[in-house]
Amino acid sequence: MPTIVAAGVAGLIFGVGLMLSGMARPDVVIGFLDPLGHWNPALGFVMVGAIPVAAMGFALAKRRGRAALSGKLHFPDRKDIDASLLIGAIIFGVGWGIAGVCPAPALTLFLRAPIVGLTFMGPMLVGLWFAPKLREWAVRRRL
Amino acid sequence: MDKLFDPGLFLPPLIGGGLIGLAAALMAVLNGRVTGVSGILAGAVSGSSADRGWRLAFAAGLLGAPILYGAFDPSGLAIGDIASPPLLALAGALVGVGAGLGSGCTSGHGVCGLARGSGRSLAATVAFMTAAGLTVFILRHVIGG
Repeated sequence: MPTIVAAGVAGLIFGVGLMLSGMARPDVVIGFLDPLGHWNPALGFVMVGAIPVAAMGFALAKRRGRAALSGKLHFPDRKDIDASLLIGAIIFGVGWGIAGVCPAPALTLFLRAPIVGLTFMGPMLVGLWFAPKLREWAVRRRL
Repeated sequence: MDKLFDPGLFLPPLIGGGLIGLAAALMAVLNGRVTGVSGILAGAVSGSSADRGWRLAFAAGLLGAPILYGAFDPSGLAIGDIASPPLLALAGALVGVGAGLGSGCTSGHGVCGLARGSGRSLAATVAFMTAAGLTVFILRHVIGG
């Protein structure tokens, strides 16, 4: 139960951060991705604000060696850079560039504009469900 | 360029970013989890039911954030210019497949991965930033008006 409450609070804080920073507005995100147009540096400032704070959290968690509420640490430890990572990132980037929406902002869209939110979220959830099957298929075909 | 030096314009993104980092820090310290939203959702959709509770709770927090935020800044609820429905659906599908194949998205790789010093996440972030930039360039300056 504490893990669930903590996750809910974290999601709320994350969402408020997205909205305050402008990241919950696709046009603001695309503005950053369009340096040759009317460049909007907001996303850069978001990263500058987010990464150091997150880094402190990860450092503290690693030092303690355990999660305060749930016990085990579940941090991924892969080090290899493989085709799935790069191809997936490129596909993600294209999708992100088309609408300026990625998973977290998509969820904040739902209450503000339900049809818009669902139009993006539905295919996104299907894509997330489908991706491991696609990867399995590619591995079996030795791609 | 003036946006870089106008506090009214760079402070909200900086502070909002700090809140995003705080959320990730809380998830790391309290739950031992990386806050990669694509992964959190993917696990809720495909994973075991034992895991589902905290994943759905996190999603609920994100979904409900506008209610809290709107109490302080109703004008901030506006969504602004949005892509057409067919493009939204295509974009959603690509974001979902891409984040699934690539093991992460902007929060997972771009924030958490870089915060952890992950080389994998750096490679992924460079790849998706480049792809996104090229996509916007083509849509806005080559095809678009």
